[in-house]
Amino acid sequence: MTSEAVVRPDLGTWPLRRRQAWQTIRMELARTFTLWGSVRLLFLAFAPAFIIAAHAMQDQRCDLAEETLILGGIIQLYYVRFGIFFGCLGIFVRLVRGELAERTLHYWFLAPVRRELLVLGKFLAGVLTTVLVFGAGILACFCLMYVHFDAGHDFVRNGPGLAHLRAYLLVATLACLGYGAVFLATSLLLKNPIVPAVVLLFWELINGVLPVWLKRVSVTYYLKPLFPVELPIQGFLGLFTVVAEPTPPWLAVSGLVAFAALVLGFVCWRIRRLEVLYSTD
Amino acid sequence: MTSERTIVFDNVSKFYGEVLGINRVTLSLPPGVTSLVGPNGSGKTTLLNLMTGLVRPSRGRVSVLGMSPSDPELFGKRVGYCTQVDAFPSGATGRSFIRGWLRLSGLDGREAERAAAEALERVGMTEAADRKLAGYSKGMRQRIRLALAICHRPEVLVLDEPLNGLDPMARAESLALFQGLAREGLHVVVSSHILHEVDRISDHVVLLSSGYVVAEGQIHGVRSEVKEHPMQILVRCDEAHRLAAGLLGEAHVVEVKLHADGKGLLVRTKDASAFHRLLNRVVLNEKLDLEALSPADDDVGAVYQYLIGSDSEAV
Repeated sequence: MTSEAVVRPDLGTWPLRRRQAWQTIRMELARTFTLWGSVRLLFLAFAPAFIIAAHAMQDQRCDLAEETLILGGIIQLYYVRFGIFFGCLGIFVRLVRGELAERTLHYWFLAPVRRELLVLGKFLAGVLTTVLVFGAGILACFCLMYVHFDAGHDFVRNGPGLAHLRAYLLVATLACLGYGAVFLATSLLLKNPIVPAVVLLFWELINGVLPVWLKRVSVTYYLKPLFPVELPIQGFLGLFTVVAEPTPPWLAVSGLVAFAALVLGFVCWRIRRLEVLYSTD
Repeated sequence: MTSERTIVFDNVSKFYGEVLGINRVTLSLPPGVTSLVGPNGSGKTTLLNLMTGLVRPSRGRVSVLGMSPSDPELFGKRVGYCTQVDAFPSGATGRSFIRGWLRLSGLDGREAERAAAEALERVGMTEAADRKLAGYSKGMRQRIRLALAICHRPEVLVLDEPLNGLDPMARAESLALFQGLAREGLHVVVSSHILHEVDRISDHVVLLSSGYVVAEGQIHGVRSEVKEHPMQILVRCDEAHRLAAGLLGEAHVVEVKLHADGKGLLVRTKDASAFHRLLNRVVLNEKLDLEALSPADDDVGAVYQYLIGSDSEAV
């Protein structure tokens, strides 16, 4: 061995950072898709698809409007409010806080890589995981909902079916981005992720009854204008639907992306100051 | 020596809330092997974590070869740290763990594979490298951490209790490795409880107690500063009783103990230099045959004992 360091690849700054970011994503994906982690996530993403499949096998009489409303309800009430919320909680809290709990974060902090790049790579891996898994879950629900009757076929092929699917996938992607950024940030601030998760869940739940300026500080506020189907507000379920001022979709998308970027800016600032103190974590 | 060649602690303090980690530490560590010695809770790991940027000083400044630990991109290339945290990413093998770390550092797959294989070979883990880390013994995990610390050929190697869990053969090999790296011009900073082993390879020693640096420097210099404990020197000679008679007249000779076999002395003296001059004179005058002369407490263990006390866990 000579004292000449081997970690001096002959790369420019950006190619080097791309390589490091890609390796971070690869390692994070490998870490996420351990057996039990995958089972929990896949269950959250595909549970509605199994229920829809069971209904489709039993009940052949289908009404397109009703099916569309049910699918809209599943996406808005189950996926955005529950599945993606808790899926993101599990994935994004683990990114840094989980490594502190497992006492492995120091290995990556000792590598010659910017901490901001490390945390952004981890975040991208989290977004990739949740978007792919929940996107696949939504796609499965969509297919199972419309595949078994003629009007459903026609809705997808010749009607607005594919536009609905695109909107649902966009909503899922933005939800993963928004919740992911929030959970990652709170995991850097607090040791117990349950407390901020409960607070955020409550906040998103009561969003419908808040004044407009407070509604804007929530993920569902930005997602609402993107849903292709308006849910009727009835009884208890009314609590879970968002009544928002009409917002143009472009503003909703850019608003949520800007919100996530702002939170990630804070995450980058925070990770630079993070100390590895396993004894207190 | 310039700060580009040394590890500098400039009036550094670290507090964990109300708890003191280290306080007002000022050090300048040159290349070679430096041992950090002190009981549990004395601040050794805090000092190492500060040196590697895992924690930040509450006060003062740390500089390693002129670099600030707050710049990980530059710092990580030149510093390797073998912590004593015995945890690894789940599912990884020894080889995939080191290879992944090297790829994160920016190496391509082929370079990472080669550097990982080289590091694994240096720590004697080539054969077990493709087994899962979870199935390794404690000593094997320790060697994998060591391989990770050296795989990128750092200029500064920081080792926190690197001999823990190793069998005697692996200890000897590790010590030889550290010595070899130091000879190549590396800074090797090692904390250990196994004093008699680190003593063999240390060029410098830093003694810590309760967050303070008690003594620092080359071990012989540190020992000579401990005035309240006279130096102990072993002398082997054919007529020890005649030598003892010749030595006892001087004021700096505090005590002379005759060995049971009549062929050796243990002398306690307040002034080692004066003692050596006196010994030469007596040996020449009495025409004695001197077989061996060696200090009995001129090592890290003795200095530790004198300065920090016997309630420590040092071995």
